[in-house]
Amino acid sequence: MTASRMSRSGAGRWVRRGASIVLVLLLLLLVAGYWLGTDDDELVPATTSDFSDPTLIQRGAYLALAGNCLTCHTARGGQDYAGGRAVPTPFGTLYGSNITPDEATGIGSWTSDDFWRALHNGKSKNGDLLYPAFPYPNYTNVTRADADALYAYLRSIPPVSRENTPNTLRFPYNQRFSLAYWRALYFRPGVHRDDPGQDAALNRGAYLVNGLTHCAACHTPRNGLGATRSNATLAGGTIPMLDWYAPPLSSNRPHGLGDWTPEQIASLLKTGISERGTASGPMAEVVFQSLQYLSDEDVGAIASYLKTLPESPEQAVAASQAERMQGAAGMLGQGQNIYEAQCIDCHGAKGEGRHPAYPRLAGNLSVMSPDAVNAIQAVLNGGFPPGTAGNPQPYGMPPFRQTLSDSDVAAVVTFIRASWGNDAAAVSPADVRRYRTIR
Amino acid sequence: MADRVAACTACHGSQGRAGNDGYYPRIAGKPADYLYHQLLNFRDGRRQYAPMTWLLQTLPDDYLRDIATHFANQHPPYEMGPAPHLPPAVRQRGEQLVRQGDPGRGTPACIACHGSDLAGISPAIPGLLGLPRDYILAQLGAWQGRTRATPEPDCMAKVIAGVPPEDVAAVAAWLSAQPVPDDYRPREAPDTVLPLACHGVPQPVASPKEAP
Repeated sequence: MTASRMSRSGAGRWVRRGASIVLVLLLLLLVAGYWLGTDDDELVPATTSDFSDPTLIQRGAYLALAGNCLTCHTARGGQDYAGGRAVPTPFGTLYGSNITPDEATGIGSWTSDDFWRALHNGKSKNGDLLYPAFPYPNYTNVTRADADALYAYLRSIPPVSRENTPNTLRFPYNQRFSLAYWRALYFRPGVHRDDPGQDAALNRGAYLVNGLTHCAACHTPRNGLGATRSNATLAGGTIPMLDWYAPPLSSNRPHGLGDWTPEQIASLLKTGISERGTASGPMAEVVFQSLQYLSDEDVGAIASYLKTLPESPEQAVAASQAERMQGAAGMLGQGQNIYEAQCIDCHGAKGEGRHPAYPRLAGNLSVMSPDAVNAIQAVLNGGFPPGTAGNPQPYGMPPFRQTLSDSDVAAVVTFIRASWGNDAAAVSPADVRRYRTIR
Repeated sequence: MADRVAACTACHGSQGRAGNDGYYPRIAGKPADYLYHQLLNFRDGRRQYAPMTWLLQTLPDDYLRDIATHFANQHPPYEMGPAPHLPPAVRQRGEQLVRQGDPGRGTPACIACHGSDLAGISPAIPGLLGLPRDYILAQLGAWQGRTRATPEPDCMAKVIAGVPPEDVAAVAAWLSAQPVPDDYRPREAPDTVLPLACHGVPQPVASPKEAP
């Protein structure tokens, strides 16, 4: 009796002791995580003190175009860089901030060091951790000299008084301190370093792709916490909330850029069209607002760098053609009829298209992708390739939302995904219905 | 150009002569600046129709101008159904508002800006005939609800702000019931004096002293 009571109380003591140790460890982990997630890189000193130098401002203007700052930091119809555009995420909606030099509502009171910290460390002037919808996991690679040029440019634009729209994130994502732990897991500040073994163009391409042009923001798939997956860099995936598929930029064949020439890649980036496909959806916006303004040298550097990316693991697709077409009985015939009535005049009997007016569908990354969303969106809503200096009067694809039913759209998309060497899975009317509303 | 704008004619009909229902208005033959301004308004969020905004969001101003000019130069025949029967009170009130406005309320007549034959005035004021009643109602309602706008000064927003719904309905009913005359095209009338200023319209505006 006594012995047993003693042993029970001994066990209790061990449990209590164990619990305290676990608690202390947990606390240490929390502190260490917070420290890791808020730790700054050593400050790199400014490269200039003359931020009104016109040459510097001009270079900054170019870099701002490369970074596509305008798109997220301007509301539709709003004043440039005054913020307010909604950026939907699975965690709630963020709004681009006012980055005009207005003292009270913009970044007029920021120093070049503050600006560098935002880009490099992902922190606001007051030390607040920034949400990575602002792509600082990429912008951290930007050099101090380029950050200074951007800063000079943003100081030169007209100040606009516009209070920032508050973010509407859900709990716990609306707790800024929790970003420290996200950052401890997924973010380290670091500057791009040239690879001395590579030529200047490849280094320049790597610097742009992994830095300002932040291709990974859409082309690298994200995990459940919204971080780009480090084992699938630029491997392609469906962009959360936007309902568009960003194809792999890795050298996969036929689902990536493996079969593209650098010239074809450069053409798509610079003009919005290429012999292999057309920029559509969010990519059309990126070309329209950003990439078309890059120099031929920079676009060429991006293209040649992308060609050096290794193959990425293919996303799981059903093994056999039979499995891929499961449930599609009858759809191919129906789809072929619709194709011949509605599509063939522009896209051709073999899906060959008619460059530069109409894109080819055979071998088109957006048609063959594991997620059929791009083709569905194109058929339902139509669209114009971006109007660019290289393609100032693009041919538009008519929307078919009024004339084709969900079943018709599913049939014709299934048909183009399974014809002329394309080998992608069937889609169902329910897949189509999800995209009837334009977001 | 017709091939380039197949995305437009899919809804607005061949040459832009109007769609099969009341929702897609005729764009053919409208004044070029008017069409251009509407394309900008859709692209930049001052008019709300997601499929239009979607199509335009990556097109530059120059191309929108080309598209507007293309449709301004199209003059396919009007295809009007039989005139609907309007109750006499509605017809009378509608015509009164169109031709005289409501001076007591300060509402100008439609013809004061859109021309005595309602054919519109180049380069930026549209004609008002040959449009479905639902379309006119929707536009006037949108201006009242601030879901259709122009950059300031937004004259139509001011004109329609205090107009009661029965008057809006009478105007829409009367306008949509009128036959379209043969040579119905925007008029050249640079000397027209507008009762109030409108964004993008070059005609002069009556000074406040001269206005009644």
